[in-house]
Amino acid sequence: MDALMQFILSGFTVGAVYALVALGFTIIYNASDVVNFAQGEFVMLGGMITAFTYAAGLPLPLAGLLAIVITAAVGVALNKLAIEPARGAPVVSLVIITIGASIFIRGVAQLVFDKQLHRFPAFSGDDPIHILGATILPQSLWVIGGAVFVFVGLWAFFTKTLTGKAVLAAANNRLAAQLVGINTNWVMTLSFSLSAAIAALAGVLITPITLVSYDVGVALALKGFAAAMLGGMGNPKGALVGGIALGLMEALTAGYISSQYKEAVAFVVILAVLFVMPQGLFGAKSTERV
Amino acid sequence: MKLMTTTALAMLATLGLATAASAEIKLGASLSATGPAAFLGDPEAKTIEMLVEELNAKGGINGEKIDLTLYDDGGDPNKARTFATRLIEDDEVVAIIGGTTTGTSMSILSVAEDEGIPFISLAGAIQIIDPVKDYVFKTPHTDRMACEKIFDNMQKNGITKIGMISGTDGFGASMQAQCKDVAGGYDIEILADEIYGPSDADMTPQLTKIKNTEGVQAILNPGFGQGPAIVTRNASQLGIELPFYQSHGVASDSFIELVGPEAAEGVRLPGTALLIADILPEDDIQRDVVMEYKTAYEDKYGQNVSTFGGYANDAFLLMVNAMTEAGGEDPDAIRDALEATDGLVGTTGVYTMGPDNHLGLDLSAFRMLEIENGGWTSID
Repeated sequence: MDALMQFILSGFTVGAVYALVALGFTIIYNASDVVNFAQGEFVMLGGMITAFTYAAGLPLPLAGLLAIVITAAVGVALNKLAIEPARGAPVVSLVIITIGASIFIRGVAQLVFDKQLHRFPAFSGDDPIHILGATILPQSLWVIGGAVFVFVGLWAFFTKTLTGKAVLAAANNRLAAQLVGINTNWVMTLSFSLSAAIAALAGVLITPITLVSYDVGVALALKGFAAAMLGGMGNPKGALVGGIALGLMEALTAGYISSQYKEAVAFVVILAVLFVMPQGLFGAKSTERV
Repeated sequence: MKLMTTTALAMLATLGLATAASAEIKLGASLSATGPAAFLGDPEAKTIEMLVEELNAKGGINGEKIDLTLYDDGGDPNKARTFATRLIEDDEVVAIIGGTTTGTSMSILSVAEDEGIPFISLAGAIQIIDPVKDYVFKTPHTDRMACEKIFDNMQKNGITKIGMISGTDGFGASMQAQCKDVAGGYDIEILADEIYGPSDADMTPQLTKIKNTEGVQAILNPGFGQGPAIVTRNASQLGIELPFYQSHGVASDSFIELVGPEAAEGVRLPGTALLIADILPEDDIQRDVVMEYKTAYEDKYGQNVSTFGGYANDAFLLMVNAMTEAGGEDPDAIRDALEATDGLVGTTGVYTMGPDNHLGLDLSAFRMLEIENGGWTSID
């Protein structure tokens, strides 16, 4: 029983990390059908900038905020410099551009920062919280809370606000959106800045647990992408559920079957789900009705 | 007449160039300063550059300065092979230091071996020097030696049954295999054998399994990068009181910083004298060498020394020693001098090479260390 509880808490910890990264994918995807593979690098920037500004003497909340703002600016720059000039190119080309951007950001990061691992203190200390004979770190609760907070924010944004609906409209039919007076360029800029900000927030929250170095983005993006695909790309609920489900599958497999098959089991389940539901768990067409 | 002068001038110029070139020893290096192994390659490259600068400022070897050509292979074995070829054919180096990873080392050594250029590798795997290859040497201990050192310490503490949790990165996987191979010789039984991915965020399930395995007396974590730091933090989170052994892959001050002094308390690992430079006894044979390197590196770059930079430092010492003996002209003479190295004190250990030993270290080069109050203590 203690062991099961520990596996579940571990699954939630890891799953919340995946969910936070997966949530970052949703906005850009909803605005342009592009899966932004530089998303992992935005997470890395969030963690790295916080680590460095904190080491330079800024208080942690301020360092985190600064990291989010700077990363959002990087997101806007990516859109303005690389995505906008290629407007009208097929989605696949845009996806390849984001892969290029991810390599570029990694290269710049190792020059601007360094190649070492970094960490900053957990927000609420390192004393584990005991639940039913198992333990979880307070920082994990911050990550889980962060994922839920971002999920609620995104859900409200896409369903309750005119701006959110404008984003969906711009993705659905660019020309029609422009005809009804939506400034599609502005929508894209907004999407990239929000996506980057969410990713940076993820970086700020998870770094005390996962540590950060210039090259952590790839693995994070991969797992976040898998979680988003499982839940349904573009759907905030899907990102949250997909992330937690992926984390739980990995933890339970490692605990009860073998750590050798942890990744394999998770990916087999994802493939199985996608065979039956190509849109993912929640990726119904209904997201496109505006 | 005019033609004559030009020819004469041209000849003079050529002669001048030739003499200038002969007064320089051409040393080559291919390291992974960027890419996945940058964590190792970066301090290695910085160390080599610093040492060449220092040596040239002192007037070089027998009055000849070192001309260093350093390439960054990014950890890619194919690039490393290209650079090794370029170093030998275009840059005409007489010796090569490099090969941050086992993969890049294997590429460089095949070129060096074909061309007859002495090569000192900075990578861990035993197959680099076993079987012995004429022109190939290396400075780091093998992971097999690390396993032996750890099991030796366990034996002294009466530990016979352990749980292992290894990273699936190259370093972790290789050491996991070596440890399983030598465990029997130390009467160690591996009751639990868990793994984790190099970028995993939480290893509590694996540790819970080990914790709940009947009879486990200690935990061993071969791995590299952020994994071991997270594993150590998780072990502390779960309140695991068992003796906890890490590998030499995390032997650096930054490991304690990343884990936090509380969670790192009591962790044991085989490390080099470099880590405990400031607590080495006055009469320790390595004290002067490690202090000199540590002070120079930390003053110049403002970051902690790591075992990996130490490997580069030792490779350079070996090379300079051999070149001083053999001169900087003839690769074969340098090779012979390297093989004749006897009692050279480095940061990693004391090197004594021989025709059938191109590593030259024994287990005494490893110091068994324990983390105490956020610092290192020697527990040999």
